[in-house]
Amino acid sequence: MVLLARIMITTFSMMAFIPMLILPTEAVEAAEAPLNYFLYSDGPAAKPTMYLGWVLTGLSLAICLIITLLLLAALIRKRPKMDQRAIGNEGKGIHWIYIGTGISTLILFGLVIYSFMVVNKVAKPSQPTMLAFTVTGYGWWWKIEYEHDDPAQRFVTANELHIPVGQPVRIKLKSADVIHAFWVPKLAGKTQMVPGLINQQWLQADRPGIYSGQCVQFCGVGHAHMGLEVVAERAEDFEKWLVAQQQMAASSAISNEKPGYELFMERCAGCHTIRGTDAQGKHAPDLTHLNSRHRIAAGLLMNTPDQLMEWIMHAQKLKPGSRMPSFALSEQEASVLASFLSTLD
Amino acid sequence: MAISNRTHRRGNEHFERVPELGRAPIGSEEEARLANIWKSEPGWRGWLSTVDHKTIGLRYLVTAFIFLLIGGIEALMIRAQLALPNQTLLAPEQYNQLFTMHGITMIFLYALPILSGFSNYLWPLLLGSRDMAFPRLNALSYWIFLFAGIFMYMSFPLGLAPNAGWFNYVPVSGPIYNTGPNIDVFALGMVLLGISTTVGSVNFVVTLFRMRAPGMTINKVPILVWGTLAASVANLMTIPAVSLAFFLLWMDRQFGTQFFDVANGGKPLLWQHLFWIFGHPWVYAIVLPAMGIVSDALPTFCRRPLVGYTAVALATMATMLIGFLVWMHHMFATGLPTVSLSLFGAASMAISIPSAVAVFAWIATIWTGRPVFQTPFLFFAGFVILFVIGGLSGVMVAAISLNWQLNETYFVVAHLHYVLLGINVFPVIGGIYYWFPKFTGRMMNEKLGKWNFWVMFIGFNLGFFPMHIAGLLGMPRRIYTYSSRMGWDSVNLITSIGSFILAIGILLFIINVIISLKRGKKASSNPWDAATLEWSMSSPPPAYNFAVIPAVASRHPLWEDRLEEEGARRSNLAEGYILMKGHETLSTSPIDARPLVIFKMPGDSYTPFFVGLLVSLLFLGLLLHWWIFTGLMATASCIALIIWMWPQKTLAQRTVSGTAHPLQGDS
Repeated sequence: MVLLARIMITTFSMMAFIPMLILPTEAVEAAEAPLNYFLYSDGPAAKPTMYLGWVLTGLSLAICLIITLLLLAALIRKRPKMDQRAIGNEGKGIHWIYIGTGISTLILFGLVIYSFMVVNKVAKPSQPTMLAFTVTGYGWWWKIEYEHDDPAQRFVTANELHIPVGQPVRIKLKSADVIHAFWVPKLAGKTQMVPGLINQQWLQADRPGIYSGQCVQFCGVGHAHMGLEVVAERAEDFEKWLVAQQQMAASSAISNEKPGYELFMERCAGCHTIRGTDAQGKHAPDLTHLNSRHRIAAGLLMNTPDQLMEWIMHAQKLKPGSRMPSFALSEQEASVLASFLSTLD
Repeated sequence: MAISNRTHRRGNEHFERVPELGRAPIGSEEEARLANIWKSEPGWRGWLSTVDHKTIGLRYLVTAFIFLLIGGIEALMIRAQLALPNQTLLAPEQYNQLFTMHGITMIFLYALPILSGFSNYLWPLLLGSRDMAFPRLNALSYWIFLFAGIFMYMSFPLGLAPNAGWFNYVPVSGPIYNTGPNIDVFALGMVLLGISTTVGSVNFVVTLFRMRAPGMTINKVPILVWGTLAASVANLMTIPAVSLAFFLLWMDRQFGTQFFDVANGGKPLLWQHLFWIFGHPWVYAIVLPAMGIVSDALPTFCRRPLVGYTAVALATMATMLIGFLVWMHHMFATGLPTVSLSLFGAASMAISIPSAVAVFAWIATIWTGRPVFQTPFLFFAGFVILFVIGGLSGVMVAAISLNWQLNETYFVVAHLHYVLLGINVFPVIGGIYYWFPKFTGRMMNEKLGKWNFWVMFIGFNLGFFPMHIAGLLGMPRRIYTYSSRMGWDSVNLITSIGSFILAIGILLFIINVIISLKRGKKASSNPWDAATLEWSMSSPPPAYNFAVIPAVASRHPLWEDRLEEEGARRSNLAEGYILMKGHETLSTSPIDARPLVIFKMPGDSYTPFFVGLLVSLLFLGLLLHWWIFTGLMATASCIALIIWMWPQKTLAQRTVSGTAHPLQGDS
């Protein structure tokens, strides 16, 4: 009896544990997670994979439940009384292996075929891509180049990529230093950016919105702070964005007399480019249209004047190891620099 | 038991000998003589020079467990940092060193060495031998493991520990982006550790095929032996790849070679191939012996033999074979053509078929048996669930396009912890509870043991299950902090709480070990009423293991009287070959285990320690660019090896002639 009671206690405590294994923790929070590809994928490059994920998760939970129940039943099932010293027959029970392995093999065979079908669907877009961007991973930000046959139409920007809704867009992936991985999970799986190679993937958003991305291959001290955003918008908005990005910086901003401009040329131009000026640095994001972007510092901060100045003066604190130094600026310097940067639309 | 048609290895009659048959019960004159022959010198001399596989096995267990604790403390620091968003307990560089050392420690310095500990201790006892095939090599393997572990931790106190993750991708670990000694310590340490693993693996393979008791044909060895064999073969095939990779990386870093240097035509993907060709079979190497522990020990608590022995043994070997064909699933996102990915994706799913064999064998064993709810059994039964969860998440990441989402997120972190903790740590702790009476002569405390299991089991699942969800919410691995806006706050908090509960469980285990060592109940020779040979001798075993080399007739020599088999032959453990002209044991044929040769085993020796020490110092010289020192150490190691290898007449092997072995019921 004592043994039986013990078994019951063991079993109940195991059972109490099952719901915790199965239920996701906080559904509300999950919905808000900007990288939640599992529930909110969009577009033909990601959705078939999301459904595959659902099927596999459901199947896994079901199998896990069945095995747990089998195990529990095996633990607690009633047994005829026998001599305590008796030893069971070795040959008994072998059909478990035949049946269990047989069913598992059939399920796995089905899964192999299904997963191949999904790969086939998402590996290539069904229609040819008309648009292409090259994204280059840097420690720890993303350079984005618009590809076009006409060199005059090409431009460079950083950390924010716009795409038109409903169109497949080809992304060429390069790295300037170490291996990074380009991952905009709601739109497609990840692809490594391997130095010396040009990898390719494609994205397509079917609904307008902002899709967050993240470097997902460990790339050094700044790895945690290497985000990007893909903005999917209607075709006409996308055209407007293209045209705006192709422009040089507005000439009103860049007259030599303005102290903010001078300060920028002195402190920032070694690394940053502003097209249409002498600032032609190649080590850091192109700032020609800085204010068109939602976020700064590769997704770390919102692009507001306050956060921008916070970033300029405390970059090393906010993003340790970044190549952006923390600048010690006097109040007056900060304000003229801020007013200059505010003109980079 | 015909041995007449064996071939003579030597024509010289001087080397032929008829081994005496007899009995040597405890307290007899023969037994006293054996004990005298096999005992180690007392004090530090014996401590440095012993080649007793039991001592070496325990050293492996204790050392690996200490590394588990160190790795665990690193993990707790990581979890403290990630418990809340935007924490600044650790700087990113500190965090990177901690997660790297956590991975290195757990995977290289804990997971395989702990299993080598079990196998070293148990193999000769399971196989009916007096030692491993190469006792001195065994000691060398331990010393180099210890020194390599210390070597890899050398730069840790200086804040210069390896910091590029345990798989150490180039170029982030290359000379341009990683200028300190961090990676050199790792690279040279891995080459050094590779020596230890290689010689250990050779020893296991040879021991299995030459050192079994007569009558223990290849289809009678315990599953732990199959698991360790699979692991050893995998190691022998793949350690060269990883040692080469690390050596090439070290050359790139120190001498300007360009194997991985993109600017000069080197290939970063070469690293990934070389590493994972090793890395994936290694993953099976650190679970197959642990699965063997369960397959052997679980039946003891179900009061019946394992269901489907042959199927499970074949599944173990099949896992290893398929394991060579799955490495590219770590590289699905590197831009390789999808056709080649498909092959590896299919193989990665197929590898769960042999795992299914094992799972159903375990469940069937419990179902058809009569479970005895003692602490080791709880660990093994709990392990089955963790194994299934880890296996299923493994199938999920094997689906190529889903892998493009899941890989490098916390989903993979969850998967690998279910696999490594679930399939390695749980069987290991259960295995220690199981064999502790054999190791020490005392039982571990049952009550504390049950608490230990439940705290560990709950802490583990609470800690690691939410990681799956973090991965599905897009949380990448290896980020030192995260922002609240990502929606990962609560999963991380739960994970951190769970990991601390798990740590309390481990603490309970340590307390139980310490208490039981001093005050545990004295153990009889076979406290669990188990079936295999190691339980036929006193607890702890005598230095010579078997007073007479037993004759084995079944997989369950200690249960034969109670198994319902008609007319089966019986093993004979009381009477057998008494080999007592020095350190002697019997060697048998590889498949049928017919007696072939009397192995003259070497006695205790200092040379393994000194070879290990000198080779490790050689690596220290390489690390610090002390070239003259390196040259001296190389010379000294060679001299030590020559002393080791110096021919000794007493070690010439004797062929067995004349007698048949006494299996009961054999005519």
